[in-house]
Amino acid sequence: MQPTATFFSGFTLNDLWFLGEAALKSMWISILAITFGSAMGVVFGWLLSVSRRAGALTLAPVLDVFRSVPLIIQLVLFFNFAPMIGLRLNPFEAGLIVLVVYTSANVATVAQAGIEAVGGPMRRAARSLGMSYWQDMRYVVWPIGLRAVFPAWIGVALGVMKDSALVSVLGYVELLKASQILITRTQETFLILAIAGAFYFALSYPISHYAARLEKRWTQ
Amino acid sequence: MIEIRDLHKYFGALHVLKGINLDVEKGEVLSVIGASGSGKSTLLYCINALEAIQQGSVLVDGTDVHAKGTNINTLRQNLGMVFQQWNSFPHLTVLENVALAPRIVRGLDKARAREIAEQQLVHVGLGDKLNNYPLALSGGQQQRLAIARALAMEPSYMLFDEATSALDPELVGEVLDTMRLLAEEGMTMICVTHEMGFAREVSDRVAFFHQGIMEEISPPEELFGAPKSEHLQKFLSKVK
Amino acid sequence: MDYNFHWKPVIKALPELLEASLLTLQVAAISIVFGIVIGLGLALIRLHMTGPVKWLASAWVELARNTPALFQLFFFGFGLGSFGLHLSPYMIVLLALSFNNAGYLAENFRGGFGAVPETQIRASRSLGMTAFQAYTRIVIPQVLRIVYLPITNQMVWAVLISSLGMLVGFRELSGETQFFASKTFRIFEYFAVTAVIYYVIVKLILGASRLLAVRLFRY
Repeated sequence: MQPTATFFSGFTLNDLWFLGEAALKSMWISILAITFGSAMGVVFGWLLSVSRRAGALTLAPVLDVFRSVPLIIQLVLFFNFAPMIGLRLNPFEAGLIVLVVYTSANVATVAQAGIEAVGGPMRRAARSLGMSYWQDMRYVVWPIGLRAVFPAWIGVALGVMKDSALVSVLGYVELLKASQILITRTQETFLILAIAGAFYFALSYPISHYAARLEKRWTQ
Repeated sequence: MIEIRDLHKYFGALHVLKGINLDVEKGEVLSVIGASGSGKSTLLYCINALEAIQQGSVLVDGTDVHAKGTNINTLRQNLGMVFQQWNSFPHLTVLENVALAPRIVRGLDKARAREIAEQQLVHVGLGDKLNNYPLALSGGQQQRLAIARALAMEPSYMLFDEATSALDPELVGEVLDTMRLLAEEGMTMICVTHEMGFAREVSDRVAFFHQGIMEEISPPEELFGAPKSEHLQKFLSKVK
Repeated sequence: MDYNFHWKPVIKALPELLEASLLTLQVAAISIVFGIVIGLGLALIRLHMTGPVKWLASAWVELARNTPALFQLFFFGFGLGSFGLHLSPYMIVLLALSFNNAGYLAENFRGGFGAVPETQIRASRSLGMTAFQAYTRIVIPQVLRIVYLPITNQMVWAVLISSLGMLVGFRELSGETQFFASKTFRIFEYFAVTAVIYYVIVKLILGASRLLAVRLFRY
């Protein structure tokens, strides 16, 4: 028993709970960001596809900024900007808002591509059957476009899940921040990093492979 | 001279060539016909060792193609091949497509390689396309490019694997004309083809393959005029 | 809004920030070169080899793609540090970025090799080219064209995640910004200017890539 005991010296079961709780926080902020960000992103993508010229001049450049500035800079900027306009936000709220906007900017391009993947002839065919614009959207564009870009959307979602680790710079104790705190205290660097890495991996790997399989099947 | 002796080829359990014996003389034009899956294309791949064989031998000018010590890359220079899918190299210009192998395989200097390439491209009627990229060419032009590319190695033999099968009907003629031209110049050719007209007019002999067996081989007048094998009769009645 | 913006100190620090941007560009560019070379190797190993070597290559690719970049940075930082391997902040960022780039680019290369038809190799071999010649002269140039856009995107990504360098004490653009910001407490002003610089860098990379593409790929 002696050697195992020294191996886990500083690291207790309590610490494992601490990590688990932090992992849940990582998942929670990711799920919220992906849900709301995707909803917003689909609307943006639709706007971009219907108003090609106006969209390209107004919305597109704004969304582009969120893809061209490091997320960590966006987080720091917004966290420091919010109080200036009287918003009192805790790190979770500030982080979530930035992640939602960041997600929506990335989903917008995916959604736009999905809508444009449904060709004009197919949509004209739908309209010629007497479908309204929204019926065409609901029964033709949505299912076909979704199929075309679902794997890409999974990629964006997993990216957001991994990028959510950056909210730690605002002091939000998600998984990586918790790991850092524990490492400082227990000095069990490798063990704790391995646990944190394994968590992200266990979440991301199966989903990304599922998406790759879907893509292969759908493109055949 | 190409000498094929008791050639057997398997794809796994599938026996695709069942003991082929065939001699092709210098200067001869041989057409190979038969239904798809009869093994005729595989025969070509066995001649230039793009496919391994399981039994028998192939000799090209006395060199055993499938022997261990044979330098296959040297041997292939002597056996030009044109594929059904023309396989032009999309990242090279028409001229570079043809000049590349003479330079890096035959070791010619750049100027000489380009000279030969240009010569062959003029030969197949692409003299005005030297600096185009293949994607800007029609299928027929790309196939002629493939012929020029093979000719630039100055081979003694040309193997054509259904060179016109993937082409739009209106483009078949220009490729057949180029092949006809080569035949007239005395090139030794083995042409796997579905073009019965070409086989009849240009070939010295025509071979009919059926399920891995060469059932009949004779001059075209004889083969088309008085087919002996039942399979060949059936085949000819279908393609006409 | 009762906040008074002070832009003067930021303007004064601009030369330092721009110099730090060069460091950002440098570390991103070097990591991309490593990423391309290693990624190509990983892709070829995964396509053509079996056994433990393939297993290791796959582990690299999957770890790089399925864990956060920040995690990878920590690993090369205090993860290796726990084994007594203490790297400079520059090396930590360079290694983490290269590791990440190689993993992502390996998948792109794999797709690229899959997109060049097998018959291109057949045609090359029928002309007497060796397998090596067919690969280097015919296949790889075509693959490079296919992965050109992904490489450009990865370069942008490398610039963006190099900003994590500020968390390990690397004084690239973000690290330098944080250094000044914490001295003056003008956090918003400094990071706003830095955001603009990042935006410009990204646009410059995309523009340069487009110009280069015109010269490289004439077909």
